[in-house]
Amino acid sequence: MAAAVTSSLPAVRPPSGAPLRATHDPRWVRWTLTGLALVFLAFFLVLPLAAVFGEALRKGAGAYFAAFKDADALASVKLTLIAALVSVPSNVVFGVAAAWCIAKYSFRGKSLLITLIDLPFAVSPVISGLIYVLVFGAQGWFGPWLIEHDYKIIFAVPGIVLATTFVTFPFVARELIPLMQAQGSEEEYAAITLGANGWQTFWRVTLPNIKWGLLYGVILCNARAMGEFGAVSVVSGHIRGETNTMPLHVEILYNEYNFVGAFAVASLLALLALVTLVLKSIVEWRHAQARAV
Amino acid sequence: MSVHATNIRKTFGAFTALGGVDLNVPAGKLVALLGPSGSGKTTLLRIVAGLEQADPGSGPISFHGEDVTNVPAGKRKVGFVFQHYALFRHMTVFENIAFGLKVRPRRDRPPASDIADRVQKLLKLVQLEGLDARFPTQLSGGQRQRVALARALAVEPKVLLLDEPFGALDAKVRKDLRRWLRRFHEEIHLTTLFVTHDQEEALEIADEVVIMNQAKIEQVGTPQEVYDRPASPFVYQFLGNVNVLRAPALAPTVGAPALMRDGQLYVRPHDIGVAPYVPGFTGLIAEIRSIHAAGPQARLTVEQLPGRELIEVELSRAELVGLSLNLNDRVCLRLRQSHSFNDDYEI
Repeated sequence: MAAAVTSSLPAVRPPSGAPLRATHDPRWVRWTLTGLALVFLAFFLVLPLAAVFGEALRKGAGAYFAAFKDADALASVKLTLIAALVSVPSNVVFGVAAAWCIAKYSFRGKSLLITLIDLPFAVSPVISGLIYVLVFGAQGWFGPWLIEHDYKIIFAVPGIVLATTFVTFPFVARELIPLMQAQGSEEEYAAITLGANGWQTFWRVTLPNIKWGLLYGVILCNARAMGEFGAVSVVSGHIRGETNTMPLHVEILYNEYNFVGAFAVASLLALLALVTLVLKSIVEWRHAQARAV
Repeated sequence: MSVHATNIRKTFGAFTALGGVDLNVPAGKLVALLGPSGSGKTTLLRIVAGLEQADPGSGPISFHGEDVTNVPAGKRKVGFVFQHYALFRHMTVFENIAFGLKVRPRRDRPPASDIADRVQKLLKLVQLEGLDARFPTQLSGGQRQRVALARALAVEPKVLLLDEPFGALDAKVRKDLRRWLRRFHEEIHLTTLFVTHDQEEALEIADEVVIMNQAKIEQVGTPQEVYDRPASPFVYQFLGNVNVLRAPALAPTVGAPALMRDGQLYVRPHDIGVAPYVPGFTGLIAEIRSIHAAGPQARLTVEQLPGRELIEVELSRAELVGLSLNLNDRVCLRLRQSHSFNDDYEI
């Protein structure tokens, strides 16, 4: 039967003589599309990544590692870690709470809350930074009061943490809302009828059900927290060794023509990206496994 | 332990789920809440469980005379089995069943060895021995349902509430499991209220049936009472197939004026006798339009002659063979039992 069908269509039969199937495109279409995709990937992703490591190691491993001995570089690493260590946990707490409210309850203003959660994705990071300057800056709403009481937010660590938290705000909540909506509340109800209290229900039933989605959100949130440039740049003030995060430090070194130093720090960020991708794949794989069981 | 609920009302926005309903479940009985979807039966069950709050102005809910209206769900000592089981998907069968015991405050919590014993006993009771290390996804629908039941029983509830317990199962498993539930109930005699939309299920296993329609209770009674003496056209239609014969069709044949008041006569297909046509017969005369002889019962569709109404008739295969009927044959019909309702119910 198949033979009869193919022989009735000699004109579109591929030259190799392979049988033409309804679900397959001709070979040249497949190869062209695959080739285009690969060329695109090579130019826009692989080449820049290779360039980062290539430039960083151009003057040898000695120069590369020396770049990290610089006190300012170390300070930028430390500041980036602080920003991530504060913003990721706070966004985990907020994200779980918001997703819980949105997925399990119906209330007035719910769609407004969902829209607000998306706000940091919608506005430019520079604007996000500016908001904090306008609120806490010397000429801002709380500026005079803050100066009077000697609190430093803008051009200091708190500002950087705030801006980072704002920009990474949606990651965890966005990841959890659809997951929790799909799971519904029946298991929580079951736990309650069995006598579990609110905390027990959350720790023993809700959290285990969302753990892979949560971890996925945390990984993405962390990657963005460490890599954020725009918003942090506005509030930082670029004080070397004090308010420079890694991305800002890369920019400064680059502007000073210290290419090895710039690319060495950049290579750390690139490594973070690679580790993030590996972790993300592992989490996705485990999540799929957990579902399949 | 008996359950009493008085004047329960519940609205969701503009939708009335329960419009002032009274429910009594006698101690130790198996009671079915039967009704079409949207009739309010699940809402009533969830209110009894404490998962849903009745509207203000509703009457009290009491268990064995004790008011539990303001007692939270976890303290009402009810076992609730959810329609889609709601098993904890990340826990094994053992952990699922042990959950209710493990979350107790330390002073009330049995030691781990007692919990393990209890779980094994329950697994035996629901005939799932040896499956304690499985995850819910590794079980069939019927097995999951029994795990859900064992989990609910582990906390030694005083009342067992089941929401469409067999709704998600295929026909064969459904039948087996409902008979098993009946035998199970006879063993442990736990006051049980279950929701179903399947009249066959309710009539087969319940001691008492509560029939609901459009946020109201239509009738309460034993399966036999509600089937034989339906209180309303709705109940009559809901509990089995029925022919509704209208006055014009009956006028020349059935003379009883009392039946004519609402103009309709309700007859079950198996309450109609079929006999070969005799000229001069003054009762219902009809012609055969179709014959279905698959299954234990044969079904005929006949067209009543002057009125042109289609009537369903059920008779045994033996009767069908005895009559040797063909399509378009003319037959005489005799109504062995029929009902009429004299109030103007909307059906």
